[in-house]
Parts: sequence; C-alpha cells; structure tokens
Amino acid sequence: MTALAALLLAAGAAQAADATLYEDLGGADAVERIAHGAIDRSVADPRIGHTFENSNVDRVKRLLTEQICDLTGGPCEYSGQTMEASHKGLALDTADFNALVENLQDAMDEEGVGFRTQNRLLAILAPMHRDVVTE
Amino acid sequence: MKNYLVSVMTAVCAAASPAAADTVFDSGKLLATGGVSQIEGAGGAGLSTWSVITGYGSRNGVGANAHYSYLDLPDFTFETVGFAAGLFDRVELSYARQYFDTGETGVVLGLGEGFEFGQDVFGAKVRLFGDAVYDQDRWYPQVAAGIQYKDAEQEAVLAAVGADDDSGVDYYLSATKLYLRHSLLLSGTVRATQANQFGLLGFDEDYSAQFDGSAVMLLSRRWAVGADYRTKPDNLAFADEEDAAAAYLVFFPNKGVSLTLAGVDLGEVANQGGQAGVYFSLQVGF
Ligand code: HEM
Repeated sequence: MTALAALLLAAGAAQAADATLYEDLGGADAVERIAHGAIDRSVADPRIGHTFENSNVDRVKRLLTEQICDLTGGPCEYSGQTMEASHKGLALDTADFNALVENLQDAMDEEGVGFRTQNRLLAILAPMHRDVVTE
Repeated sequence: MKNYLVSVMTAVCAAASPAAADTVFDSGKLLATGGVSQIEGAGGAGLSTWSVITGYGSRNGVGANAHYSYLDLPDFTFETVGFAAGLFDRVELSYARQYFDTGETGVVLGLGEGFEFGQDVFGAKVRLFGDAVYDQDRWYPQVAAGIQYKDAEQEAVLAAVGADDDSGVDYYLSATKLYLRHSLLLSGTVRATQANQFGLLGFDEDYSAQFDGSAVMLLSRRWAVGADYRTKPDNLAFADEEDAAAAYLVFFPNKGVSLTLAGVDLGEVANQGGQAGVYFSLQVGF
C-alpha cells in the first residue's frame, strides 16, 4: 500500500517535471506558426475556404494561437468567444471539421512536430466537434 | 465466383474516385478511422470486430468498401472476399465469402485433393453510443451491437465431423476507443457463437461466449501496428480447436486503399497441427 502511494507520488512528480505540450509543440513562435498555417491552409482549401469568406481571418488566427497556447499549458488566456457561439452560423459538418484537422496536421508536419505530440493536441481539440459541428 | 468478386472490387474502386465532399459519399472521416475488414467482413482488424462503422462516410454520409484477404497456412489456404457499407456512421452492412482450401491436405483428410470448405457471412452492426474518435474527454468507448448470419457449405461433411448445423448466427457487443493522447486504439468484443472454426466446420446447437480484442499503435497518419486475439469454442470431438492470434502492420496510403500484412496463428485445425502463416489483405473503398 505504502509502495503504491510512493509510486503514485513519484508518477505525479514525474508528470509535473514533464515539459508542457506547449513546450513540446515548440513554444510561442511555433504555436503561432502552427495556428496561422492551419488557417491559411483552410482559407485556401476548396473544401472549406468558403466558410471564411465573411470573417476576419486575422482575428481567427490570433485567437486560435491564443487558444492553443492556453489549452496546452502556455502563458496565455483565451479571450475569444466560445466554440459554440463562434461557429454557430457556419453550418459545419464532420467532413469540414476533419478538413481543418488535416490542415492543422499539415501545419504541424511543416513545423516538425512529431506525430505523437500532434495527437496530444488533437486529443484536446477533438471534443470540440460537439460544439463546432452542427450539421 | 472469385473473379467476379474481384471485378466488383475494381468497380467499387472506380466509383470511389468521384466521391466529392458535397455528395452523400463525403469521405468525411479521418484517414484510418474506419479500420480495415475483419475475417468475416465487418469493420475491425483481421480477427477482431470493432464498434466503428466501416468506410469513410461521416454521420452525414455513406461509405463503402470491398476487400480481399489471403492467409497462407502450412496445410491450408484461407481466402475471403467481401463488401461492406457504412450508413451515416450508424449502421454497417457487410457480406463476406470465405474459401478454406484443403489443397493436398484434402487427401490426408479423406476428402479429396483441393476439397474446399466455404461459407457466406451476412453482417449487420449498429452503433449504440459513444464516439471512438471525438469523445477524447469521456471515459467510455464507442459501443456497437452486431449480428453475423453464417451459412456454410459441405453439409454432409460438416454432419460427418459432428457439427449440429450448417448455419448459425453470431451476436456480438463491441467496444472500441481511440486513446489519442497515447496514439493507441483498444477494442474488445464479446461474441455469442455456435461456430466451429468461424463456421467453416459448421455450428453447435449450443451458444458459448467468446472474446476478441485488438491493441493498435498508430505510428503516423498512414501506418499502424497492432495485435489481435480471438477465443474460439472447442465443440467438435474429432479435433481440438484453439484460440487465434495475429500481429499486423497496416498501411493507409489514402482513403481509397489500405493494405494489411500480418502473421496469423489459428491454432490447431482439423488435427493437422498448428496453423500459422502470413496474411495479406487489400481494401478499396471510400
Ligand atoms: C477544433 C476545431 C476548431 C477550433 C479550435 C477553432 C477555433 C476558432 C477560434 C478560436 C475562433 C475565433 C473565435 C472568436 O472570433 O472569438 C474561430 C472562428 C472561426 N472558425 Fe473555427 N475552430 C475550429 C473549427 C473550425 C472549422 C472546422 C471551421 C470551418 C471549416 C472553422 C471556421 C471558423 C470561422 C469561419 C471562424 C470565424 C467566425 C466569425 O467570423 O465569427 N472553425 N475558430
């Protein structure tokens, strides 16, 4: 029992000493390039580019950078709207969602982020499917 | 028959190309998330049935695929050809035709050279709750219930080896979850079955509960490695039947194709000793 407690404590300590996902993604500049890269690719993507037509793309890039920073343990606080509110009128479906995920994966590939690290970010974003996808 | 099926596969492949986002054939799922085709034609891995709905149709779309699998065993060859459709990420319908060729072993078994066991498997699966991919913040897996109606050939031989029937129905409950944080997929299925050697050697009058499961590590968007384990009943008196296991490498070059290479061990079959060999499977679809 004591051994188990010691093990759990040690595991907890190891966790705390681990680099944050934010650091594993490469820190501030890398996260910005990843977020911008994902949005640039999406705006240019024939599958979903049209959804950005009436939007302030620079604002989306800035807020996505901030949001990823916040969610991965970086020194930011997300200041945008909720995912539900900001995507409500866009009538997005699962294929749209996955198109954006693929663009994000491509942006992370370009940044040299490893596959397993990429999946740690995608694991945080995946449940947003519930709020972003309305169709 | 086999040639015919292969040409239908080619047709499915051709139909897959114009699949555009704005049609019901939306290919809207992420690469690899439909799994591959298991030995009875359902979406899963080689031996194990998963709760994911086969194909790349999202909840607003329809996906379909065809597959061909070949397993080269020391004393037999085992081939499967099949088709499956996934409807709105909710319902899966599948058909598979299995050929178990005894080759020269047919002589040893007193059946004649090249004697072939075979069966048709008609499957249906319904996703009950959960989402294996998106519910990363929830502990519970995607769960589905399914049935497989199996109709075997060679009635007279099946009766002679002691099988009670030449057709039967498997019922299963399957749970699958992607642990994206760990790039790991786990799946487990409980199956109520009467089948001897998947049904190729007929069916018992009594059901027993059997298990199959998979553990798969995602290596990249296009590559995965994994292993399956499947328990089987041991109903027939004339020969022992053992559990099956497999280890595999899967390549998903794009949503139209997947290739599986595996080592498969079916255990003892028909008193011919352990049957382990190399398995290859091709799936095409959208
Ligand atoms: C996990 C997935 C997603 C995340 C984390 C995300 C994040 C964000 C953020 C932070 C904003 C800014 C919110 C604000 O203005 O306060 C935003 C807005 C927007 N997003 Fe997303 N988004 C996701 C999925 C998608 C998808 C799949 C699409 C389209 C295919 C999309 C298209 C847009 C558009 C067009 C806007 C601007 C809306 C407006 O003009 O008000 N997003 N998103």
